[in-house]
Amino acid sequence: MSEPIVRIEGLTKRFGEVPAVAGVDLEIARGELFALLGGSGCGKTTLLRMIAGFETPDTGRVIIDGQDMTGVPPHKRPVNMMFQSYALFPHLDVAGNIAYGLKREGVARAEIAQRVAEVLSLVKLDGLGSRRPAQLSGGQRQRVALARALVKRPKLLLLDEPLAALDRKLREGTRFEMVRLQERLGLTFVIVTHDQEEAMSMATRLAVMNAGRIAQTGPPHELYERPASRFVADFIGIANILQTGARRWLALRPEKIVLTSARPATAHVATGQVIDIAYEGDRSLYRVAIENGPVMLVAAMNVARAHGSAHRRGDTVWLGWSDDAGQVLDE
Amino acid sequence: MIGRARFAFTVLAFGYAFLYLPIALVITYSFNESRLVTVWAGLSTKWWIALFHNEAMLDAAWLSVRIGLASATLSTVLGLAAGYALARVPRFVGRTLFASLVVAPMVMPEVVMGISMLLLFVGSDQLLGGPARGFLTITIGHVTFSLAFVAIVVQARLADFDRTLEEAAMDLGATPWTTFLTVTLPLLTPALVSGWLLAFTLSLDDLILTQFVAGAQSQTLPMRVYSSVRLGVDPQINVLATIVVAIAASALIASAVLTRRSVDKRAAQ
Repeated sequence: MSEPIVRIEGLTKRFGEVPAVAGVDLEIARGELFALLGGSGCGKTTLLRMIAGFETPDTGRVIIDGQDMTGVPPHKRPVNMMFQSYALFPHLDVAGNIAYGLKREGVARAEIAQRVAEVLSLVKLDGLGSRRPAQLSGGQRQRVALARALVKRPKLLLLDEPLAALDRKLREGTRFEMVRLQERLGLTFVIVTHDQEEAMSMATRLAVMNAGRIAQTGPPHELYERPASRFVADFIGIANILQTGARRWLALRPEKIVLTSARPATAHVATGQVIDIAYEGDRSLYRVAIENGPVMLVAAMNVARAHGSAHRRGDTVWLGWSDDAGQVLDE
Repeated sequence: MIGRARFAFTVLAFGYAFLYLPIALVITYSFNESRLVTVWAGLSTKWWIALFHNEAMLDAAWLSVRIGLASATLSTVLGLAAGYALARVPRFVGRTLFASLVVAPMVMPEVVMGISMLLLFVGSDQLLGGPARGFLTITIGHVTFSLAFVAIVVQARLADFDRTLEEAAMDLGATPWTTFLTVTLPLLTPALVSGWLLAFTLSLDDLILTQFVAGAQSQTLPMRVYSSVRLGVDPQINVLATIVVAIAASALIASAVLTRRSVDKRAAQ
């Protein structure tokens, strides 16, 4: 990592008595697609708005591209934001919306027209420049919002729940498109999302936030396979959290466990009864009540084209996992 | 079911008749041949022609229109400022007092306002030697109450204004002032136009306050009508009433269309 594009130091913001962001330190490298992931009210949007300049932090500093931007108003920051509601100007057409930021910079008329046309083709909206936002579909509006932020060529693009308003099918396609766009343009994206699937599949690195603090930062596989705390293990994906001692737990992912009718030859085994089955097509999720123990979740792929799941409710089954299958936690 | 519908329809018809039959009569009688207002003697446009040759009446009408234009424009500017402060500045010293003072003229008896303004203008005349009572004082008087209506329209529109639009503008590099001019103001335009039309209509037919603050020389249209009616109703009054109704109705329709259009626009988003 060379000089980070964003460095956040000890950032705190309170709304009344409630701390929305409580002492966040964070570095985001150039060219990263960084995701801030957390449930509602975890402070991720407030953190994003402090980077954009819409909220003033109570304490701490925001350094963008080596310059302290803590007290700088939004219109003087080298940062652009894509709003969750898109915030398209209803009284301007698509081209007018996109040109808005360039006009504020005093870019020449001919260059504005050229750059608007370029960015419209980049987001595959060629020829729609004269439409009003009200005449566009949800997916098209999302692209206009993206184009309007991209046309300014910001050092840093902030995206507040960029895909939340799209329907499921469109969301999956748009996800890949946005990643491709980010890689092609070599920009730094910071995405705020509550959708862990979205964060995991798009981000090069992500931070999980909880109650105004960052619980863990790292690449997606690290957060999934090596969670630092029970909160992260539980928040990202599904985990069986088994207490193995005083302040010692084992986080075990359902797919790391083998499920058999006969006793398996793994380092650790347990036996119990299937009490619930969730058939999801490609795989089934079993809830197994361990004898004198907790209820554990086990995932098994439905490899054979059988009738539903391989085991039935009430079956006695064996669970097995290896020594390094789970993550040992102490918080 | 049918009986009920018929009952509802009858009630509706009576209600409308109660409200609009007098106006319909006035319009009909403006085309009356007879000199007597209550006797129908055949169709004629002679009172229309007479009115358009009535110098005093035309002068009064012209004065009223000028006052209407000036006071509506002034109250739109001031009402915008007041409405903006009320909607956007959450806390300042005397906010509650300010909010009640803005709307007070809507409920204050006009006689009270008239007397107080008259005292003000008499006082300033003695102390400062002006302003002379007439166009200027009437305009100021009308602004005091029509400002409240504009302020309320603006405040209501700003209350459901999507503020992320302004944030987006600032994010794209607009200063707060540019944001106001390029985003807030254009989106407030329908509210401002309907506020202006409202202020214009209120000014055009105000009689009570105007009588207090008008000088001996200036006579607005309502004053002229009122004084001529005291000498006996002339059919020209019917013609005038017809014209005023037509203007008021078109202002009302224009304001409704503008409001509807901006509501549609927002709904379409």
